[in-house]
Amino acid sequence: MNVGTFPHNLDISSLSQWNGVQKAQFRRQAEVIADTITISHLSAHYRSTLALEDLSFVVQPGRLVGIFGPNGAGKSTLLKAMLGLIPNVTGSVLYGDRPLSQQLERVAYVPQRTQIDWSYPATVWDVVLMGRVQKTAWFSRFSAASRRIAAAALDRVGMSQYRDRPIGQLSGGQQQRVFLARALAQEADVFCFDEPFVGIDQKTQDIIFGIFHELTDSGKVVLVVNHDLGESIAHFDDLLLLNRQLVAYGARVQVLTQENLHRAYGGSVIAA
Amino acid sequence: MLEALLEPLQYGFMQRSLIVAILIGLICAVVGTYLMVQRLALLGDAISHSVLPGLAVAFLLGANIFVGAFIAGVLSTMAIAVIRTRSPIKEDAAMGIVFSACFALGITLITLIQHDNKIDLNHFLFGNILGVSPAQLWQTAAISGLVICVVVLLYKELLFYTFDPLGAQAAGLPTNLLNFGLMLLIALTIVASMTSVGVILVLSLLITPGATAYLLVTRLHQVMILGSAIGIVSSINGMYLSYFFNLPSGPAIVLVASTLFVLALLFSPNHGILTQPQTHLGEPMAWRELKALLRRR
Repeated sequence: MNVGTFPHNLDISSLSQWNGVQKAQFRRQAEVIADTITISHLSAHYRSTLALEDLSFVVQPGRLVGIFGPNGAGKSTLLKAMLGLIPNVTGSVLYGDRPLSQQLERVAYVPQRTQIDWSYPATVWDVVLMGRVQKTAWFSRFSAASRRIAAAALDRVGMSQYRDRPIGQLSGGQQQRVFLARALAQEADVFCFDEPFVGIDQKTQDIIFGIFHELTDSGKVVLVVNHDLGESIAHFDDLLLLNRQLVAYGARVQVLTQENLHRAYGGSVIAA
Repeated sequence: MLEALLEPLQYGFMQRSLIVAILIGLICAVVGTYLMVQRLALLGDAISHSVLPGLAVAFLLGANIFVGAFIAGVLSTMAIAVIRTRSPIKEDAAMGIVFSACFALGITLITLIQHDNKIDLNHFLFGNILGVSPAQLWQTAAISGLVICVVVLLYKELLFYTFDPLGAQAAGLPTNLLNFGLMLLIALTIVASMTSVGVILVLSLLITPGATAYLLVTRLHQVMILGSAIGIVSSINGMYLSYFFNLPSGPAIVLVASTLFVLALLFSPNHGILTQPQTHLGEPMAWRELKALLRRR
């Protein structure tokens, strides 16, 4: 279903000239756009330990959600569990009224940069085009439209001039921007980023936050795992504090209390 | 000179050898490139050693040896997966256990049956490219056609999966099926190659041409195409060396491929040891540590 061209913030009640059927149709499509992600009683086991314990929360589209917590809190595991990428997960994750893991064509996931072998024989262009694999039929070549979308995504992260560069010759920030371009090329509705700000330059961080805000402004779901409690935390609309259990979740100002931080990080953190 | 090279080709067995040399040089490099970029070189070794008992059992039953070897290769891959997922044993240890056990079983079985069946253990271990039968030629051609078709048709999916398995899975690609398909291709390629280079040395044709190309070019399909060219050149050269100097064919092919690798290692424009300025000159670290230890005494 192509929902990308639909106006997201149209006020339905003002469309008095529409007949009831059209209104109902529009409302149905508007609901598709405004889908929330509902996580209920999500638990994940790794070997015999409990990595995530009974998480329940609702992610609203259009808000930049930061997932914070200490090392080993299960932040990356939470993303993977939500997308069904790991075994031994109980509970449910609904996107709209269907499981998120059955709608992965609407998801763009960017793994931690350090999990990737950057000596792989590929160029920047090869990696960005991977974002179009899911939108391209089996056994087919990439369409001209796909190439245009990939080129536009690369342009948006300011990496067009590096198109033919082997990925092993990029800086950390450039690698992260290439991954962001790949995610944009996927034209997804749900974006999940695992530690995108580790080891990158200020310029890249500004570009990435700029694009995150563009995505949320157009009604996308954007989830970002982060462990840095520095100044950049002010960019996030909502925060989820995690330490195997859900410590706190909600608007940033309400979540960022001494008590919550203490419960998530222990005594070692001074409020940001 | 040219006459000397063309002269052997008047024999039917040499024509067959030449075609098989080209085919296995091609598919080994293509499939082996996937092993190399996934850091799974040891898996190629494991599967190739594991096909031996399948060969022996096929001979005993009078079945097609390609089928027997293929089944053994797939079974060993599954055994490795079971050990890895159902026990705390890591993948590399699981491979080591399975392939050495299968290899031992295969050698035992072939030793027991080789006298009665007029087969030679050495041909399985080190290959006999000059003894390729017409039936083997057709089977090798069929396997090669299948392997090339699959790689061409699934190129973009396999590129995504081998570069970023988690990202590919999150994009909704059937990564378990892709992985299984890749394992089947590897098993088929090894089975097709064992008659010419043998089960021990097939790893070289899988890894060395791709690694050589990796030192020279930067994109996956370029590595595969240049690797194939290197693989084909190695196999043809090895075949001629085998014919003219009565050398075992597998080792001859492997030595040519290894020589080409050393040349690339030394002279590659981007990664060559001799073409790139040394970043850290001086004595090796271990030697420095040893001297420091001795000085402290």
